[in-house]
Amino acid sequence: MANNKDLKYTEDHDWVEKTGHRAKVGITDYAQKELGDIVFVELPAEGEEFSKGEDLVVVESVKSVSNVKAPVSGTVTEVNDRLEGEPELINESPWKDGWLVELDVENEKEFEELMSEDDYEEFSAE
Amino acid sequence: METIFDKSKSGRRSTYLNEDDLTSKKPSDELDGDLLRGEKPGLPEISQPELMRHFVELSKKNYGVDDGLYPLGSCTMKHNPKPNEDLAATEEFQDHHPLASPDLVQGNLRLMYELGELLKGVSGMDGITLQPSAGAHGELTGMLMIRKYHEVRDELERRTEILLPDSSHGTNPASAAVAGFDAVEIKSNDEGTVDIEGLKEATSEKTAGIMLTVPNTLGIFEKDILEVAEIVHDAGGLCYFDGANLNAFLGRVRPGDLGMDITHFNLHKTFSTPHGGGGPGAGPVGVKEKLLPYLPIPVVEKTGDGYSFDYDRPKSIGKVNSFPGAFGVLVKAYSYILSLGDEGLKRVSDNAVLNANYLKEKLKDPYKLDYEGVCKHEFVLNGSGMGEGIKTLDIAKRLLDYGYHPPTVYFPLIVKEALMIEPTETETKENLDEFTETMLKIAAEAMEDPELLHEAPTETPVGRLDETQAARNPVLRWTESE
Repeated sequence: MANNKDLKYTEDHDWVEKTGHRAKVGITDYAQKELGDIVFVELPAEGEEFSKGEDLVVVESVKSVSNVKAPVSGTVTEVNDRLEGEPELINESPWKDGWLVELDVENEKEFEELMSEDDYEEFSAE
Repeated sequence: METIFDKSKSGRRSTYLNEDDLTSKKPSDELDGDLLRGEKPGLPEISQPELMRHFVELSKKNYGVDDGLYPLGSCTMKHNPKPNEDLAATEEFQDHHPLASPDLVQGNLRLMYELGELLKGVSGMDGITLQPSAGAHGELTGMLMIRKYHEVRDELERRTEILLPDSSHGTNPASAAVAGFDAVEIKSNDEGTVDIEGLKEATSEKTAGIMLTVPNTLGIFEKDILEVAEIVHDAGGLCYFDGANLNAFLGRVRPGDLGMDITHFNLHKTFSTPHGGGGPGAGPVGVKEKLLPYLPIPVVEKTGDGYSFDYDRPKSIGKVNSFPGAFGVLVKAYSYILSLGDEGLKRVSDNAVLNANYLKEKLKDPYKLDYEGVCKHEFVLNGSGMGEGIKTLDIAKRLLDYGYHPPTVYFPLIVKEALMIEPTETETKENLDEFTETMLKIAAEAMEDPELLHEAPTETPVGRLDETQAARNPVLRWTESE
């Protein structure tokens, strides 16, 4: 666990780190372990808009292809370009270097609705 | 082993051409300069005995259903009767050009027409197209007909969503998306079937239809299918039935009697064409009466004493294939259905279900089964917790050491460490017992000597391959090393 209390989590094992209006999105350590070695990441374009729950990023591992859904609604302000050449960053550093996209958050309330660290720990222990 | 290029020695030949047979024309007499390649084509030069040995050695490294059990779930790797191959290779069938004038190939058209009638009988549908080249192509054809249906009703603009249970085939959401729909996922309930409450919530005036895989990828029959059909129909949507798993209920149940509007068949799974070799396959689609006008053109029709192609269908979605279908596959399906007959087809599904349930009961301990109850043609084990650091991948790799093709792994996604097993109807009890023994032996090894599994396979021509490296940096063609 990242031990970073500013983080929020989704039931799909994604994390969201909010700084002001901006929210960085990534997948948790649990998620990367479940997926196995990541071999390809398809990122959205900067400026693209997403509603909460829409498919935001495609993450492909040796086992499967899965979609990371937008945890909150917003516009993409930045994507982690390094992942195109180094998808393994998600496995090596899911909390930091392996981040996926940064969103300009549309509705602060949606962020508050996400799980807290404690809730997520309880959720993923199930 | 060496590639054929490694074995090449300059000047060696496997055939010697008689100069009298050679044309004196050079390519440059016929083609413009920019169409000509400057350098030699780089073909291997090898003698005939060495050529034979090379390919025989390769063939010995292959593993197919003719070698042994091939329990690759969702793929129906079953024995395909060889006489059907002979019929498909008959020169009257094989040597006809697909664009030959219908009056010259009446026999071919008759076979297509009659196969269509047989498939209607099997599925309870009212019309058939034989054009699609595979299951997913059939799905797309079905989705395009759903589009057309709503377009004609002036409802396409608002009907943008296709509902998809999370236990459906992976191709289903892809087909819906390619046809321009948004895929809306519906979660399964504890029994592994469609959650009716979830379905009701997801259904709206936006619903264009639903795609149901039956039995679903857990091998479970959708027992509430009539209710599912009613909910979707009441909302104005259509029901698509993924019939890829038809060997689970052939001769017992017909999608057309379950409120389904469209279904596809995988002739290369259910009806006797070897599957998994990269094609060709065939994915015919059947539709109910209300969708008949939208079938792809041409439709084979019986006209008086003969047969013809009907192109005069203004509401058709058009062609979905350059030719009327993968004809050899159609011949095999026709022969398979007629040689088995009604009773034989029932025995196919009865044995598929019996074999799967037998194996499931034998393996559910020590392997885990998340969804209890009677399965259809396949079942999914949960391979977690089998030993220190043991994953499903290790179990699959160890099976290679015992000379088996492993089951499908890590699919469906709703089961942890999934092992998806489909024994098919063509395996004997002895084969299933032998496979059971091997699986139990591997489970014991996983507890006692997990390292053995982590290092597997060790008995195969190559050891464990680096799948990550292969996916990240694939080497897709041979190049001459310097």
